[in-house]
Amino acid sequence: MKRFIGFVKKEFYHIFRDRRSLFILFGMPIAQIMLFGFAITNEINNVDIAILDHSKDTNTEEIINKISASKYFSINQFIDKESDIETIFKKGKIKAVLNFEKDFSKNLIKDYKANIQIVTDATDPNTANTISNYINAILTQYNKELNNKVAFSYQIVPQTRMVYNPELKSVYMFVPGVMTIILMLVSAMMTSISIAREKELGTMEILLVSPLKPFQVIVGKVFPYIFLSIINAIVIVVLSIFIFKMPVLGSLVLLGLESVLFIITALALGILISTISATQQTAMMISLMGLMLPVILLSGFIFPISSMPLPLQVISNIIPAKWFIIIIKGIMLKGVGIQFIWKETLILVGMTIFFIGISVKKYKIRLE
Amino acid sequence: MSICVANISKSYKNVKALQDISFNVKVGELFGIIGPDGAGKTTLFRILTTLLFADNGRATVSGWDVVSDYKNIRKSVGYMPGRFSLYQDLTVEENLQFFATIFGTTIEENYDLIKDIYVQIEPFKDRRAGKLSGGMKQKLALCCALIHKPKVLFLDEPTTGVDPVSRKEFWEMLKRLQQKNITILVSTPYMDEAALCDRIALIQDGKILEIDTPEAIVKHYPKPIYNVSANNMYKLINSLNAYQYIHSVYPFGEFVHYTDKRAEFNAVELKLYLESKNLSNIRIEKTVATIEDTFMELAK
Amino acid sequence: MSIHNVIQVEGLTKKFGDFTAVNAISFKVEKGEIFGFLGANGAGKTTAMKMLIGISIPSSGKATVAGFDVFTHAESIKKSIGYMSQKFALYDDLTVKENITFFGGIYGLSRKRIRQKSAVLIEELGLEKVANKLVGALPLGWKQKLSFSVSMIHDPKIVFLDEPTGGVDPITRRQFWEMIYKAANQGITVFVTTHYMDEAEYCDRVSIMVNGKIEALDTPKKLKEQFKVANMNDVFLKLARG
Repeated sequence: MKRFIGFVKKEFYHIFRDRRSLFILFGMPIAQIMLFGFAITNEINNVDIAILDHSKDTNTEEIINKISASKYFSINQFIDKESDIETIFKKGKIKAVLNFEKDFSKNLIKDYKANIQIVTDATDPNTANTISNYINAILTQYNKELNNKVAFSYQIVPQTRMVYNPELKSVYMFVPGVMTIILMLVSAMMTSISIAREKELGTMEILLVSPLKPFQVIVGKVFPYIFLSIINAIVIVVLSIFIFKMPVLGSLVLLGLESVLFIITALALGILISTISATQQTAMMISLMGLMLPVILLSGFIFPISSMPLPLQVISNIIPAKWFIIIIKGIMLKGVGIQFIWKETLILVGMTIFFIGISVKKYKIRLE
Repeated sequence: MSICVANISKSYKNVKALQDISFNVKVGELFGIIGPDGAGKTTLFRILTTLLFADNGRATVSGWDVVSDYKNIRKSVGYMPGRFSLYQDLTVEENLQFFATIFGTTIEENYDLIKDIYVQIEPFKDRRAGKLSGGMKQKLALCCALIHKPKVLFLDEPTTGVDPVSRKEFWEMLKRLQQKNITILVSTPYMDEAALCDRIALIQDGKILEIDTPEAIVKHYPKPIYNVSANNMYKLINSLNAYQYIHSVYPFGEFVHYTDKRAEFNAVELKLYLESKNLSNIRIEKTVATIEDTFMELAK
Repeated sequence: MSIHNVIQVEGLTKKFGDFTAVNAISFKVEKGEIFGFLGANGAGKTTAMKMLIGISIPSSGKATVAGFDVFTHAESIKKSIGYMSQKFALYDDLTVKENITFFGGIYGLSRKRIRQKSAVLIEELGLEKVANKLVGALPLGWKQKLSFSVSMIHDPKIVFLDEPTGGVDPITRRQFWEMIYKAANQGITVFVTTHYMDEAEYCDRVSIMVNGKIEALDTPKKLKEQFKVANMNDVFLKLARG
């Protein structure tokens, strides 16, 4: 036990003396969360829109006021005829035009139904889609208010209900993904690099020619990173809760336990990588190419798995990150308990045992 | 016997690193493996420290087989690989502390063994190992290899890249360690260090050329050697190479070492020959063979 | 300045902040001389050599190399010298011929000249059979001999060798020194920096640096007589231990 503690102590010296890695280790999660949360976002803010109001009655005025009061849109211009729409889109500043039909209020009262055309500039399809969703949401709300005032229901637009993320906050989607990437990176890459470094320095030779047992070396190597990864996970969750006001609907304890499980999976992968790489550079390349890219591309973090071609969908099943993202999305956004995610958890446990098994088998007590 | 090596061979892909190596080292002996880079020294050390399997042959260290009893060997030997494998980002004291801990001992417990060496680097005990000079790294690495009081010490090229002063001090330390009944196997590419060992094995291209005491090896040199010098070294070497009775000619510092084919060497004749080649200031005198002469004669 | 002195150094000094790495050294090296530049690690010999090959500007003093001032004509110096170090010499993943062509190209030799040089060089070293083999597959000794020849491909006036023969087997090492003698005999000045004292024995003259200063400068023979010892190693030990 004393040997083990001595070993872990040495690992912490390495980590805390390497300022650059330490900075990456803790700076990266914060930077990534901020990037995804603020910069790379589906949200819109103060988008310039124009109004083409053929009715100019109380209802259209109320709707226009509601839209201009929201922080998402600012009404830049009023136009008079359809032909102007194309002209202003060409100038590029206006991203959408709201076209109210003639006799809007009258139609609403007479037929309980009135039409608004939302014309968006679809040169940027994502933004266009988002804008129309937001306007829809505002109209839906207005609809509700109207219906509260009267006994029968008016209908302005088809209703779009957005579950779990009613405000379409993209950061909610990104947090689970970012957390997965960070935990994978810190755990797998850092461990594999730190084992490869000992090989490069030649100190691995001395460790081998010592009474230290292989599992003491391995556990000693991964122990500090379990600790660091847990801190990282906490930082990410705390940031999401306090800066992005992201709700964690499910149990924090369950979230913690699942994270530890995933950290162990990643560490096992890191050890596996280190057994096949002789230098720090190889360890890093394998970690980046072999782990990071699949995590980003195939885990469902950015591209929905359901829209991938079948072979990729099949491959995505062997990526641990996919299952972890399902688990934490479930806990954080849907508030589900273990009874809904036991299957995914079990898959992760199985994968971890598999990786550890191979690593132990592949770990060499000699140089070749 | 402390180390027994019998018919060890080892190949990598298409290189025969070791070919049928055999030797024995007695308890408390300082045994040198002398040979240039690429001779197979490191491979031999790795086999004996249980890090590599040999293709053929057997070896024991302290009576334990290097394959089946590797765990016992790992507990009882000290190993200092080439390039002073230390943790560069740990201080002198932390390095020593770490190696003491993983061998289940403490610095205090075996301090008397490393004291002589450690006092020289103790003033820098809070300095990171990466910031030490070559000589100090070498001393620290030796301390780390000794901290668990090993019975056998394996030192792979401990003096490579170290200045002459540190080299000399290092050999003095080894002599003192030997008196504490530690068997030392040391490798070096420097022929001049061979004389400091009890016995040596000359090794080249994976083959042992000869094993004996340094004195005996020099005595075995088959021919008288002559120091020859003249006003122009390059012309001298060319002329000697063209001489009909030449056996060998090698530059040796300010002289060349010349050996003759014949049993009866005639210095006057050679002098006349060299003068006929327009050389002046010719000096020819008998000298004694060195380990290097023997090595070259055997490797020829 | 005498036309025979290809290196002329006077009071050359290099300071890094408060630390004086090279402290007012002075010496001359003649054409065709084999000059040994010795010192322990950290004695200042690498710093001094960097100034001579034009990659570091001195703090004060005077120095000319191949007739060019180190302060004002560093680029001209680089063209008239060759450099070989044990640590880096040739590209292992290029063939013998490709290496020669590459280094010839660096020094601006014409294609025709490179072809001629390449043929001569390969023949002299007896590398005909391996001319199209990767350098990485050659024995260490061959690599070093090739590397030395390549460093002189542009017929430099001076060639700087940094610890050229450490770790090489004794026979190859002799062959290497024979090559050096040959170059010197052709009038090329050879400047050897090393901390292996047995390399020093082969030089015409040696200087020994201790703590930034040249503490001894003479032929190996006279230095051994002066210090009453048998070899250069002991000369060095006496100097370094004070």
